[in-house]
Amino acid sequence: MALDQIVDGLSEVSCDVLVIGGGTAGPMAALKAKLKNPKANVVLLEKANVKRSGAISMGMDGLNNAVIPGYATPEQYTKEITIANDGIVDQKAVYKYAQNCFEIIEELDSFGIRFLKNENGDYAVKKVHHIGTYVLPMPNGETVKKALYRQLRRARILISNRYMATRLLKSSDGRIAGAISVNTRTAEMLVIKAKAVILCMGAAGRLGLPTSGYMFGTYENAANSGDGYAMAYHAGAALANLECFQINPLIKDYNGPACAYVAGPFGAYTANNEGSRFIECDYWSGQMMLEFYNELLSGKGPVFLQLKHLHPDTISEIESTLHKVERPTRGLFQQGRGVDYRSESIEMHISEIGFCSGHSASGVFVDDNARTTVPGLYAAGDMASVPHNYMLGAFTNGAVAGIDAMEFADNHDFAEFDAADVAMERDRVMAPTKREDGIPPNQIEYKTRRLVNDYLQPPKVTRKYQLGMRRLAEAREDMQERMIARNAHELLRALEVQSIMDCADMAAHASLYREESRWGLYHWRTDFPEKDNENWFCHTLLSKQDGKMTSDRRAVEPYVVPIADDEKDLYDKQRIRASA
Amino acid sequence: MPLASYQTSVPVVVDDAKCIADKGCTVCVDVCPLDVLRISDTTSKAYMAYDECWYCMPCEADCPTGAVTVNIPYLLR
Ligand SMILES: Cc1cc2nc3c(=O)[nH]c(=O)nc-3n(C[C@H](O)[C@H](O)[C@H](O)COP(=O)(O)OP(=O)(O)OC[C@H]3O[C@@H](n4cnc5c(N)ncnc54)[C@H](O)[C@@H]3O)c2cc1C
Ligand code: SF4
Ligand code: SF4
Repeated sequence: MALDQIVDGLSEVSCDVLVIGGGTAGPMAALKAKLKNPKANVVLLEKANVKRSGAISMGMDGLNNAVIPGYATPEQYTKEITIANDGIVDQKAVYKYAQNCFEIIEELDSFGIRFLKNENGDYAVKKVHHIGTYVLPMPNGETVKKALYRQLRRARILISNRYMATRLLKSSDGRIAGAISVNTRTAEMLVIKAKAVILCMGAAGRLGLPTSGYMFGTYENAANSGDGYAMAYHAGAALANLECFQINPLIKDYNGPACAYVAGPFGAYTANNEGSRFIECDYWSGQMMLEFYNELLSGKGPVFLQLKHLHPDTISEIESTLHKVERPTRGLFQQGRGVDYRSESIEMHISEIGFCSGHSASGVFVDDNARTTVPGLYAAGDMASVPHNYMLGAFTNGAVAGIDAMEFADNHDFAEFDAADVAMERDRVMAPTKREDGIPPNQIEYKTRRLVNDYLQPPKVTRKYQLGMRRLAEAREDMQERMIARNAHELLRALEVQSIMDCADMAAHASLYREESRWGLYHWRTDFPEKDNENWFCHTLLSKQDGKMTSDRRAVEPYVVPIADDEKDLYDKQRIRASA
Repeated sequence: MPLASYQTSVPVVVDDAKCIADKGCTVCVDVCPLDVLRISDTTSKAYMAYDECWYCMPCEADCPTGAVTVNIPYLLR
């Protein structure tokens, strides 16, 4: 049977713990769950292939947020992230991450992933953030995926590649019961019954459209189409602070950072067209992005990463990192443009919008045990609400989720779901294959994402949002009534577009709910330009209630690490003073 | 509404002379995160079937014979 030909089929399997998404958090969650109870069945379900999936498919150049004894303390890190995220942080989860992450670094080290050390054998951590020192380079960063995969094989985790999860199953009393998935090459459906489910499906990276117009040229791995966000929403889980978009400073037209985290510690810096610095610190925060945006529009743009002043040997060293791991086509791109770092600065721009807690704070709500608001359902990594989590956060909180989920599975039997839910989902999934005539998914996706750019991208204007929501509703109707998929691959894209549409609706709804401006560019509402701590010093939780999208406030939990009044706005002072 | 096909110059190129898909290799097809590579029914060689590429490189890095070249998609070149 040729690939992509549609097969109408449905089978069912069961396991104790189901992990969905085998990028970064997922493999660690599966591993920890299995080690917690080696007799239990752990299934790792992946839309692509665990060997090369996710944000780290080609490795990473470093840890952005390592809390290493001697360089930083958990208290200091918790404080920094609280301030960087404008105070809207449940510190318990951040603090727990900060306490656990060093152990995970040592574990990754034992897997064969090396971290940069100095002559004395100490970790050589670099300063990029405003206050503390947390960036740790990885000299053999390209080996991450291989090392993880070896561990998964050794632990006998059951890996199911090329299955896209589409919906979660619950029992009538609201407990998680499993998930429904579709084979991306045959369209056969697979129901997986599970006692606990961990969502590790990464960011919602295909929400905005890159300025190049190339739909798959997103910052995030383009397989991360926000399915996890959509599934959590339809399962009734709460999603936190979705209006806190992810927007990143990247190489103009290319979907990788320039990258100040790598080059900054060697003396590179972000500058405007006059060659002057304009931001205090290169750490990616909404406040920094706002200054970046303002500079681009001020007439002093474009913005550049300046490194031609460095010694040629230093530049070669930077190049060897930037052109080898993470986004290894970066060198090819620069070559095509004729850009040599020795003589030319790197032109930068801002990325399309997305949801991602890994970089900002928009994710499925989780507590410090990675539990969502649905019993038995967990989330970790970019799609879970622990802010500024990055790769080490995905690993560390993936581990937390794996252990807690296995404990849950050990103490619960399978929950019963309604067969009608499966039948309904099968109808939804297969609908585009049943039509003879209609609109292909790529056109619906392009239009949806173009509307996201035109109407939802900050600055957020209420009137524009209202119009954008009307246009999106029209596109949704086309998607539901007229979308066609002629083979299994097109069906994969057709299902992804439905997640993208859900995320666009959630982005609009959440943004209109918070009537203030916060997090710099991420939530800049021109109709409410000020930060309003009196009314909005809170999380927002979005969820589906009685079939309707609803938003509520949730109080920020009392801080574990107190923040002094004069520290609270440190990240608001990103612009360099004229005298500096 | 009738559908028309749309011309696009794809970023990933396979050197047929080097590709050993006819001997059973499917490595690049297996690893691609976007699932856009296929083995051709007519030539029995790997090729890019869908222009939906993240230009991430696993296909090129993992090909045992060095047959794959990833280029930057034209729109952002
Ligand atoms: C270009 C780039 C550079 C970065 N640089 C750094 C850095 O230098 N340092 C750092 O610390 N962090 C960095 N990060 C962030 C870090 O890589 C991420 O925070 C982290 O890897 C996220 O892990 P994750 O498991 O949440 O998501 P991912 O690793 O992206 O994994 C998500 C997985 O879910 C799968 N999936 C999606 N939908 C479905 C579905 N419906 N069914 C089944 N599977 C599904 C995907 O295929 C994917 O494998 C970078 C990220 C990017 C994109
Ligand atoms: S990995 Fe290389 S040899 Fe194998 S099928 Fe792909 S192109 Fe051909
Ligand atoms: S570069 Fe990446 S997305 Fe493109 S074909 Fe190769 S593996 Fe697939």
